[in-house]
Amino acid sequence: MSAPNPTAYRPSAGKRAGAWLANRFAIIAAVLVLFYLFLPVLYVFIFSFNNYRKSNIAWNPNGSPTLKHWMDPCGAPGVCESLVTSLQIGVIATLAAVVLGTLLAFALVRHQFRGRTASNVLVFVPMATPEIVLGASLLTIFVQGFSNVGLRLGFWTIVFAHIMFCISFVVVTVKARLQSLDPRLDEAAMDLYATPSNTFWKVTFPLVLPGIIGAAMLSFSLSFDDFIITSFVSGNETTFPKFVYVSYLRGIPAQANVIGFSMFAIALLLVIGGSIISGRRKA
Amino acid sequence: MSTLAHVGAGASGAPTSPSPEPAKKSRLAYLLLLPGAVWLLVFFVIPLVQLFTVSLQSQFPGYPGYYYRDVNVGNYWRAFTDFGPHFGRSLLFAGLATFFAFCLAYPLAYAMAFKAGKWRGVMMILVIAPFFTSFILRTVAWRQILADEGPVATTLNTLHLLPGGRITETWMAVVAGLTYNFLPFMVLPIYASLERADHRIIEAGGDLYANGFTTFRTVTLPMSMPGVLAGTLLTFIPAAGDYVNAELLGSDNTKMVGNVIESQFFRVLGGFPTAAALSFTLMAIILALVFVYVRKFGTEELL
Amino acid sequence: MAGNAGFREAKGDLRLENVTKSFADFTAVDDLSLVVPRGSFFALLGPSGCGKTTTLRMVAGLEQPTSGRILIGDTDLTGSRPYERPVNTVFQSYALFPHLTVRDNVAFGPKRRGLKNAVQLADEALDLVQLPHLAARKPAQLSGGQQQRVAVARALVNRPEVLLLDEPLGALDLKLRRQMQVELKRIQTEVGLTFIHVTHDQEEAMTMADTVAVMNHGRIEQMGAPEAMYDLPTTAFVANFVGQSNLGAGRIIDTDGDRLVAEVQGSRVKIPKARSSVHSGEVMFGVRPEKVRVRREQPEGIGDDVKGVVRDVSFIGVATQYLVEVPSGAIWSAYEQNLDVEPIDLRPGDEVWLTWQSGHAFGVPPDDDAAASPMVIDTAAED
Repeated sequence: MSAPNPTAYRPSAGKRAGAWLANRFAIIAAVLVLFYLFLPVLYVFIFSFNNYRKSNIAWNPNGSPTLKHWMDPCGAPGVCESLVTSLQIGVIATLAAVVLGTLLAFALVRHQFRGRTASNVLVFVPMATPEIVLGASLLTIFVQGFSNVGLRLGFWTIVFAHIMFCISFVVVTVKARLQSLDPRLDEAAMDLYATPSNTFWKVTFPLVLPGIIGAAMLSFSLSFDDFIITSFVSGNETTFPKFVYVSYLRGIPAQANVIGFSMFAIALLLVIGGSIISGRRKA
Repeated sequence: MSTLAHVGAGASGAPTSPSPEPAKKSRLAYLLLLPGAVWLLVFFVIPLVQLFTVSLQSQFPGYPGYYYRDVNVGNYWRAFTDFGPHFGRSLLFAGLATFFAFCLAYPLAYAMAFKAGKWRGVMMILVIAPFFTSFILRTVAWRQILADEGPVATTLNTLHLLPGGRITETWMAVVAGLTYNFLPFMVLPIYASLERADHRIIEAGGDLYANGFTTFRTVTLPMSMPGVLAGTLLTFIPAAGDYVNAELLGSDNTKMVGNVIESQFFRVLGGFPTAAALSFTLMAIILALVFVYVRKFGTEELL
Repeated sequence: MAGNAGFREAKGDLRLENVTKSFADFTAVDDLSLVVPRGSFFALLGPSGCGKTTTLRMVAGLEQPTSGRILIGDTDLTGSRPYERPVNTVFQSYALFPHLTVRDNVAFGPKRRGLKNAVQLADEALDLVQLPHLAARKPAQLSGGQQQRVAVARALVNRPEVLLLDEPLGALDLKLRRQMQVELKRIQTEVGLTFIHVTHDQEEAMTMADTVAVMNHGRIEQMGAPEAMYDLPTTAFVANFVGQSNLGAGRIIDTDGDRLVAEVQGSRVKIPKARSSVHSGEVMFGVRPEKVRVRREQPEGIGDDVKGVVRDVSFIGVATQYLVEVPSGAIWSAYEQNLDVEPIDLRPGDEVWLTWQSGHAFGVPPDDDAAASPMVIDTAAED
């Protein structure tokens, strides 16, 4: 097991050297693992400057690095259309999943009712089901069942599927936040003349909001990056991950690298910016 | 998987006061519950039922791609006899990937929880950030990194450490890809449980046992068990059902059950019942494993 | 009163009439009747689980009584919601809203009542608790003592008819607790509101309250001014919960003028008739440890006495506590003030006489329950 030794907190003199190593071991290992996590991202970035000929797999020293893919990110046919589709699906699925999941979380945490355990299981099992099974089951129902009511594979079937698997993650995130709230805060609000709706909007909701925002970010990234379920229910519709996968055999255009890396950079900037702002507000 | 999320409800109540939660009308609860539950019923439960009925369907003789309702258990028999090795590979690769992910994730989670100080938030963001570059793009990047003329393979070949001479199109590449792709799912729950653990208990452990490793084994690791449990499930389940890594990094000899399901659905005419039987079997195996695992390591926190 | 149509104005004494609160498996408050005069500082004292917090929550409206009525003046508040009552609470864990600044926390109540000058009122309340300089901070940036003051200000700003304090000082360290006790008492005198203070700390209750009610098993054992209650407990439970007592079970066998003569495990002791709540039959004899003197020789002319062997001597600064084993095998406790430069030099094993004025003794009904209390001393006195 390559797990770290924690420091002995008051090490006897003899153990100090070991403790020193153990201390550094965790940090060094952590930095290496982070490097490992970022290595492919680095590759994606580097190959966005590749002046490739047929396929963007090998580095072409002739004319590389080039900025031409960055100057024309929509240059490859279909790449920007798929990005727009993914963004639209991500936004719609996130909004719906956040609403449905937040309501569910409130019911599960704040209320006692018959069927509570069953509801918890209903929320948990989709997370414990492999994506391919979710995709396969949705495909069979969309093709053999819901097609009778006029639902064809495409944009909306992707949206419906994404809402489904995002709900569970929203419930888990919001539930955690709700459970960590001191129930006495609600009592204090009521004691201070707040009616139940006042209590909800002035106290409960603002305190749960960070959890809801986190759930929304999680939902969006899950939806945006989903490939397996999408590939089963998308029909002829193409999302960004599907675009990349399908074009893999012909050769992925470097524009996909440009877009993939930009999404990463934008998300990183947004999150860091957000945490700086919230950090400043706290101070 | 609220081990990811489980936070002790702020129970600081005086023992005299019973639960401050007033018994609310359950009608409101059902109203809150209804939309989400209906959605999960329509797009999760009913499709699963449909998947099950499809898995028992038979083909119309002479009309490929057309099926009739049946109780054709032979589909399951075929799933096992024809694709047994694929099931085996799925479980084996997912198990290996889970183990390697644990080995990589634990030091990182440990450093985040105990050593990172004010860098904690930044490290957390860094763990999640790669997600935003498409998972397919990153997997393709791994193919480039592990390629025969790439840095890893050439280095290992120079040192004569690579028996077959190559990594891509072998099981190693598939396991490496799976490990990489699901690593954050292992890091985050372990980090969450370590962070929640009472640091004073670990200090006390450090006082009781002079040996750092003993402290780790007897105090730190057990306290992070809920996170390890959640992390292994969150890694194993998607890894066992994955087909992208096997498709992009492996060869015909490393195909997993996901690849079979995908091709039976989309590339084999009349493959629906077999694919459905395979999917259903995979789900049953995984749910059974999850159940046994949770029973063995005992946690009610999972729900 | 914008958005608060149900708010009930009420002025006067707080009255609880035959209030009972039952939960599924036990009765937390059992047929409790109580009058708290307007403007008084009232303490509900009792061990955990005695029903004091449940009583408080019923007054606040956070729990509804199973039966009985709760009134302020002539207004019946039973069944009304917390936000409809002219009652505010200082919660045990303070329950400050973490997302609001200190000022917004304090202005929360006035704002909900639609008062235009909510912020001004909040600032005045913060002045009263001497925290105006922290108004813009978030609760997480305050120390425990400061949070406690904000919680007090947040409740006080509403000028409630009754202010409820649920173990408000429990989380503070001893020194800060003493300081806050004085502070709360000052505020109460200044604003003249009815304060109901729930605590399990008998010293705290006695320091602050005009009237103390001792609760046990959902009932009030004894109620009165702190001094009177300490001097003359009427139940064995109170004798031990409010201060310590040397107790012994016995029976009354005779009278001697205005005194009762009791035989307590073979010894004869006297109890003033006025100081005993039982006048015949079984009795629990008691005397406070600080009323008991320790002597090397058998003293004369003081009162009753008993011989014993010193088991433990602990020096506590202003006094020295002696634990003395009396012939029945029980341990008595006695405090001697350290008046002399060289105090009586006693060591464990020394034989001594314990003596007290019989006017200090008291008698309470026998109570099996008292045996569970830590300082109960089953004793036999020898003449």
